[in-house]
Amino acid sequence: MKEKRIGVFVCHCGLNIAGTVDVEQVVEQIKDYPGVAHAEHYIYMCSDPGQELVRKAIKEKGLDGIIMSNCSPSLHQATFRKLAASEGVNPYFCEIANIREQCSWPHAGDKETATRKAVAIIKAIIEKLRRNISLTPLVVPLTKRVLVIGAGVAGMQAALDIADSGYEVVLVEQSPSIGGHTAQLSETFLTGDVIPGLVSPMMSKIASHPNISLYAYSELEDVSGYVGNFQVSIRRKATSVDESKCNYCGLCLESCPVKTASEFDRELAQRGAIYIPFLEALPQRPVIDRETCRHFGGDKCQACQEACPQNAIDFKQEDTIVEEEVGAIIVATGYELFPCTGIAEYASDPDVIDGLQFERLLSPSGPTSGEVRKPSDGKIPEQVVFLQCVGSRDPEHGVSYCSRVCCMYVAKHALLYKQAVPEGQAYVFYMDIRSDAKGYEEYVKKMVDEERVLYLRGRVSRIFRDGDKLKVWGSDTLTGKSIEIAADLVVLATAMVPNPGAKELARKLNIIVDQYGFITEAHIKLRPVETLTAGIYLAGTAQWPRDLPDTIASASGAASKILSLFSRRELLHEPTVAVVDPEVCRGCGQCVAICAFKAIELDPVKKVAWVNEAICDGCGACAVTCPSGAMQHRNWTARQFFEVIDIATAEYV
Amino acid sequence: MAEEKEFQPVIVGFFCNWCTATAADLAGTLRMQYPANIRPIRTMCSGSVDPVYVLRALLGGADGVIVGGCTPGDCHYVSGNYKARRRMAILKTMLKTLGIEDDRVWIRWISAAEGAKFARTMREVTESIKKLGPNPLREDWSI
Repeated sequence: MKEKRIGVFVCHCGLNIAGTVDVEQVVEQIKDYPGVAHAEHYIYMCSDPGQELVRKAIKEKGLDGIIMSNCSPSLHQATFRKLAASEGVNPYFCEIANIREQCSWPHAGDKETATRKAVAIIKAIIEKLRRNISLTPLVVPLTKRVLVIGAGVAGMQAALDIADSGYEVVLVEQSPSIGGHTAQLSETFLTGDVIPGLVSPMMSKIASHPNISLYAYSELEDVSGYVGNFQVSIRRKATSVDESKCNYCGLCLESCPVKTASEFDRELAQRGAIYIPFLEALPQRPVIDRETCRHFGGDKCQACQEACPQNAIDFKQEDTIVEEEVGAIIVATGYELFPCTGIAEYASDPDVIDGLQFERLLSPSGPTSGEVRKPSDGKIPEQVVFLQCVGSRDPEHGVSYCSRVCCMYVAKHALLYKQAVPEGQAYVFYMDIRSDAKGYEEYVKKMVDEERVLYLRGRVSRIFRDGDKLKVWGSDTLTGKSIEIAADLVVLATAMVPNPGAKELARKLNIIVDQYGFITEAHIKLRPVETLTAGIYLAGTAQWPRDLPDTIASASGAASKILSLFSRRELLHEPTVAVVDPEVCRGCGQCVAICAFKAIELDPVKKVAWVNEAICDGCGACAVTCPSGAMQHRNWTARQFFEVIDIATAEYV
Repeated sequence: MAEEKEFQPVIVGFFCNWCTATAADLAGTLRMQYPANIRPIRTMCSGSVDPVYVLRALLGGADGVIVGGCTPGDCHYVSGNYKARRRMAILKTMLKTLGIEDDRVWIRWISAAEGAKFARTMREVTESIKKLGPNPLREDWSI
């Protein structure tokens, strides 16, 4: 390889570097080092005159590599690589020697040692640069379509944001209707907006949007590809109803002899085996649940087929697989609730219900038409106990995190109960009240001060049936007294847990879930809507428990990240990735197994490894694993490491 | 009588780009002080540190080596730090057979936000290696 003519530029950074490192001494020691054609120091290399000085040296000394000895590469690597490129020097022939954050700043007061360390750092980078190869970023095509997984409020918001910006969206929802858990709610806390007025317009906009292809009752089958170029296959589960014939008359629904618990009404009402999940469901089409349908259970029942005037019932319909190409993916798979039966001390009783069940009782379209009635006997409950933190903040029984929304919705439940049953008494057992957003604290305070909801700080140890009442044993830790309440209804604010299917989905998408099964973000502070797999984003409660405004914000955040990705014509990918020497590779496949990104494949014919450079993120793990040395990390080869290490150990402090 | 010069070890640090090297930058930005015995090498990932590199450093005379990666579960490349952990564990068992104290090789998880932990760890590793004394291989080479 031709020896490069390297220029070393040592920055004073005012006194930040020069105050500790003897920059003149550094230049003196570097200028005759092998490969160095030029060395100088200047007060501020990143300033205009500093950059001009670099340009001038490149031109006059014919440099084809530069080493900027200054601050961390995270600050000015991009600046100086751009400068290099503008002077015809390959940007990958520009390297940064960090002598500020990792030398002058932490070693203030010891000029001699710091100077020696700075020289060693620069020499090591010189050795690396001498062996760098010239590279150009890879250009990869960009398919400007988006897959959104999950059509709850997060998925819908993200889909609408993207579709309204003119890009096509493929929206996949596993249940027969879009809307998610939000559609089950009665009204919002704080503002008291009724949910159908809030969610239904969103749903109908999705269903009629020209840029949105909706696949309800469908699941993601498989994904391959990478950012800008994902191939996804979607399994459309058989509905057993021929959509082209069905005229949505509803006669089949009435004809079905099966009665099974309604998922939408949280088992407080029943549905047939052929059903539409709820009144405002979209798409508004019946689906046969083959698990409960008698026909599929081996019976001869054909009630719905006989009732259908359109002959639309098709028992033989099969699942179909649809292939789609997209450039980005949003995961919005939402949450489930920790089961009421999760804590053995709390009786399994029809009148012990969870928050979503209470929402159905409060909902005008719910099983009781919005009247608060006990599930057991339909009577109006006069004493209602609400329990917060059931399963949350309780690693013994459930999960150790706080579910974040319960404090607020319990306050709303108590309020709505008091409005429905003014003479009734509401009790709330709480650990702490976490009301940490705009107007939240005032809202909870209103329940205590104005609505006379009795807030009791403490836990409940047992709930058990005693005649027509439920005995609730708890303690009030503020008075130190134990409490016994004879309740008619107990509402458990159970923990929000991830969608149970999220783990399997994450595995298909090659993204990470945390210990609970929530999708892990790229950076919890700085990149909260991205995953670590480029091109895959997340929205809503698939990531963590959150309320409606936070969900909408995260969904719009994910959508805007994608819109900014789509503002480019094509994608550039770092070329410092793994590369195989096919002459050396013996096709053992260890690199294939170790790659966390599925970027390496074995060529079935040549029996050698092949790196998909667009997927490879350049971590270098495969190069370490390769037993033959065929796999190398571009511009961080083993040879380069050896030279750098040798410099590091050449001199003693 | 001339005071005997204190032993100053050479310690090679392989710090991953996303976490520990960023923590090192942060420690500097916060002006946290630690001994200059560390020779930092910014690697893309702790999983790209070949045990051979560690051996190369030790054979070259380094008195200690520290590999710094992202905290478990937070690796930018999904699982590079787990790979590093396994590799270093195996390497340490081999070092003993070579007659090198395995305490000379450290592996630590320091996230990008932990500047103070970085500085503290650098002080700890320097102190610890000082107590171990010079790398015996270094003595041998100098014969």
